[in-house]
Amino acid sequence: MSAKRAERLVNLVIALLGTRQYVTAAKIRETVPGYEPDDGTARADEAFKRMFERDKAELREMGVPLETGRTSVFDTEDGYRIARADYELPEITLTGEEAAAVGLALRLWESAQLAGAAQSALVKLRAAGVDVDPARAPVSPRLDSDEPAFEPCYAAARDRRVLHFDYRRPDEDAPARRRVQPWGVVAWHGRWYLVGLDLDRQAPRVFRLSRVVGTPKASGPEHAFEPPADVDLAGLVAGAFGGRGEEQLVVVRARPGAAVGLRRWATPLGAGPDGDDRLQLRTTEPWRLADQLAAYGPDVLVESPVAVREAVVERLTRLAAMAPAGDR
Amino acid sequence: MTSPATNERMTRLLSLVPYLTARPEGVPLPEVARDFGVPERQLRRDLELLWMCGLPGYGPGDLIDLSFEGDRVRVTFTAGMVRPLRLTTDEAVALVVALRTLLDLPGLAEQEAVSRALAKVSAAAGHAAEGVTPVALSVDAREQALAVVRQGLERGRALHLHYYVPTRDERTERTVDPMRLHLVDGRWYLEAWSREVAGVRLFRLDRIDAVEVLDEPAAPPPQAAPRDVESGVYRPGPDAPVVRLRLARTARWVAEYYPVEEVREVDEPPGGLAVALRTHDLAWARRLVASLGGAATVDEPAGLAQAVAADARAALARYGA
Repeated sequence: MSAKRAERLVNLVIALLGTRQYVTAAKIRETVPGYEPDDGTARADEAFKRMFERDKAELREMGVPLETGRTSVFDTEDGYRIARADYELPEITLTGEEAAAVGLALRLWESAQLAGAAQSALVKLRAAGVDVDPARAPVSPRLDSDEPAFEPCYAAARDRRVLHFDYRRPDEDAPARRRVQPWGVVAWHGRWYLVGLDLDRQAPRVFRLSRVVGTPKASGPEHAFEPPADVDLAGLVAGAFGGRGEEQLVVVRARPGAAVGLRRWATPLGAGPDGDDRLQLRTTEPWRLADQLAAYGPDVLVESPVAVREAVVERLTRLAAMAPAGDR
Repeated sequence: MTSPATNERMTRLLSLVPYLTARPEGVPLPEVARDFGVPERQLRRDLELLWMCGLPGYGPGDLIDLSFEGDRVRVTFTAGMVRPLRLTTDEAVALVVALRTLLDLPGLAEQEAVSRALAKVSAAAGHAAEGVTPVALSVDAREQALAVVRQGLERGRALHLHYYVPTRDERTERTVDPMRLHLVDGRWYLEAWSREVAGVRLFRLDRIDAVEVLDEPAAPPPQAAPRDVESGVYRPGPDAPVVRLRLARTARWVAEYYPVEEVREVDEPPGGLAVALRTHDLAWARRLVASLGGAATVDEPAGLAQAVAADARAALARYGA
């Protein structure tokens, strides 16, 4: 933005903050420096109008509460003012510890999606008299910042607008069109997801942003819906990754010294018949556990339940077929 | 959102006078520049611009007035700009979401202070922070090791680790000089000088089974250069051997989960993908293929398929199948 325009906008804010009366556009043109003066020509009027419209839009975009109205019934046209109480950030005082927490928290956005918003929030807090030290803690949190679908999804969730996009699951050959009321965007285990109500399925769904093909498009009015008040966005994403089934107990035998990874979370049940260690594992995802158990090869043998034992044998049979025997 | 640069400068211009008002004793220019995250040159341009602004009338008594004493700048007339503008929704979201995330990370900050800060910030943000926040961050919070590792870093002490290495399926013990903590892709990593291997290593916190702060000081040698984690934690060298896999439809997720090259669609298996992975660690590749239970087949190296199949046969023999 040019220095001239910045100066004009600052003067406009100061002028409208400093008055209780509504000030008409004509009066603003006369007093605030930088506007096309009135020389009686339609061209100058047109130029002023364009400029002023652009300035109003800019201020509103920044969150400046620009009010329109008339001071008295005798006024013939609307004027503008900024109510100080709506403009100003309310009092906020933070202790040193609290300010340090804010500083550390905002580092989460460093080089990530909301980095700009985090920086301007920090500027405003400092302007409110809060001394936020740039966190000196030797901690560098980082979010996956390379996600082009984030911005449109976030904006639609913020504005509560319906979102359309093409979505391709890795096990499908072609993308499918989705229509969603977006409730929010979630970073879970370093990846971004969109959570919302799938309008065609009439049920909550979780979408991974990297599987969105092209740019999502918002349509319709703002505030078109309201997410359930008690919605737990992160919980919905976590839930979409299994773990919803009932917990099962799986008992395995592991060769001594082997299957260290399993032992980290298993309950030891003592020695088995052939010198193996018996271990008890709890899982809500028995098929995923079967994948893991099969990968341990001869080091791990499933005792129970039968379904998991059979699932592992099935996997091993497929693996054994990958290369002929005696070829090693 | 408007163009970030426009917004950024306007936010700064509307915040500078309130910032100085809140600090009536004046602030050295370099400190102001640092607090606003701009070079001093830019800050001077901003202050010069503000000097031209003020209340209608725009006479000497109406314009914003600043005074300089040496390097210190003070505001002597505010023209009514005494408080910063309210937080926008995006700003409130950035603050509230970040603080909530910190609340889920007990090892990292004083929890009471975080929840007090969250309450105060939410109150000040007003309606901008109301309702369902359109973003949530979920990071691994169960890390028992986080608090201890952080203590080691803060006190500048070496750490003794019991560390699980999944690719070799073994538990190791080592003494390290901690350097930094990273949160990458939702997981915590300790970057440290590993004395045993005389090199900088990243240790995933959920793989640390036990950690102890030692009495001796942390002393990473001068050649311990911080690693660049911008492009991810795992970066195999270009000279690492290639493993070529064919992924069936149900295993296509592997291509989004691991760094793969040369991805192409294939007809065999139907709807499948051919991918190339680089790794120095064939034991890891063996585990990956075996854990896919047949949904991935190996094109290269031939020995990999044989090893996986031989393991499976040995296991089947134990089942009596």
